[in-house]
Amino acid sequence: MLEASIEKASSFREGIQSGLSIAIGYFPIAIAFGLLSKTTGLTLFETVLMSLVVFAGASQYMSLSLIASGAGAFVIIFTTFVVNIRHFLMSASLSEKVEPEKSLIKSLYAFGITDETFSVMATKAGSVSTGFAFGVVGISYASWVISSGIGFAIGASLPQVLQESMTVALYAMFIGLLVPSMKKSMKVVYLAILAAVFNSIFLFSKTLEDGWAIVTSTILSAVIIEFVETMKRRKRGISDE
Amino acid sequence: MSSSIILIIIGMGIVTYIPRMLPLALFSGKSMPPFLEGVLRNVPYAILGALIFPKIFLIQDDIWFGITGAIAALILAFIGANVIVVVLGSIGVLSLYSLLF
Repeated sequence: MLEASIEKASSFREGIQSGLSIAIGYFPIAIAFGLLSKTTGLTLFETVLMSLVVFAGASQYMSLSLIASGAGAFVIIFTTFVVNIRHFLMSASLSEKVEPEKSLIKSLYAFGITDETFSVMATKAGSVSTGFAFGVVGISYASWVISSGIGFAIGASLPQVLQESMTVALYAMFIGLLVPSMKKSMKVVYLAILAAVFNSIFLFSKTLEDGWAIVTSTILSAVIIEFVETMKRRKRGISDE
Repeated sequence: MSSSIILIIIGMGIVTYIPRMLPLALFSGKSMPPFLEGVLRNVPYAILGALIFPKIFLIQDDIWFGITGAIAALILAFIGANVIVVVLGSIGVLSLYSLLF
């Protein structure tokens, strides 16, 4: 009993440590969101409420520009759905990696699946324990909500140079998570490059909206590479006989 | 005005939460065909590729800003720096870039 709870506490702490880079990365993004929200005309309460309830950066930014342009509730909510549909894939992928747990508990930490928390959990070695998931999600969520409020209050007084350079934070984090796996496996290199190429084609040709473009490129890349891999394995299997 | 914004926020929250929650709550991850399992295991790396490119080049109007940030992050990550170092290092390099150009 005691050992189990000590283990849980330590995996929670490990989750918080791994989530620290997300919390740092969210700080500038959420500050900018709070600032933008204020200039759009939302109150401090509405700004913090949106970060509390939605917890998805890109769609929150997008909703602000839609609110500013006078779009209706349906358009804003539908756009949010489209932009965030990629979380479905992440959740499905995580269901392969998390330790067995009650559905209700998994539904709780599932609220905190974002591009960033997913990337940290999915690239972790071994399986993801419930404590680890709550640690990563918890510190990221806290940073997102608190920084949104701070951004609303004092965002405008940060130096312009810093505000601009901070826009790279989350992309740098994605690169920091992806590259170590790329060094270990050529398959990861192909997966990332193929998805990047598809996504660029969809976005620049304007065939798909942002959210669908990410979902479609991810599925295409993951399926094509898995298909090639299976064919290769099968061929090797036949020549071995 | 304000009450409609609060309703919008609640609606946004619901449509964002459902796709996050459903697969984790429903799949136990054991009864899947091996091909689908393989595809799901590929998803993290593919999605990272799509999340980074091409958007990282478009974070500012000046495309060299994004390219500089991407190269800085790639070099730092490649030499094995911790993720936090990659993030703070890239911000540092870009602050320098903004001051110089």
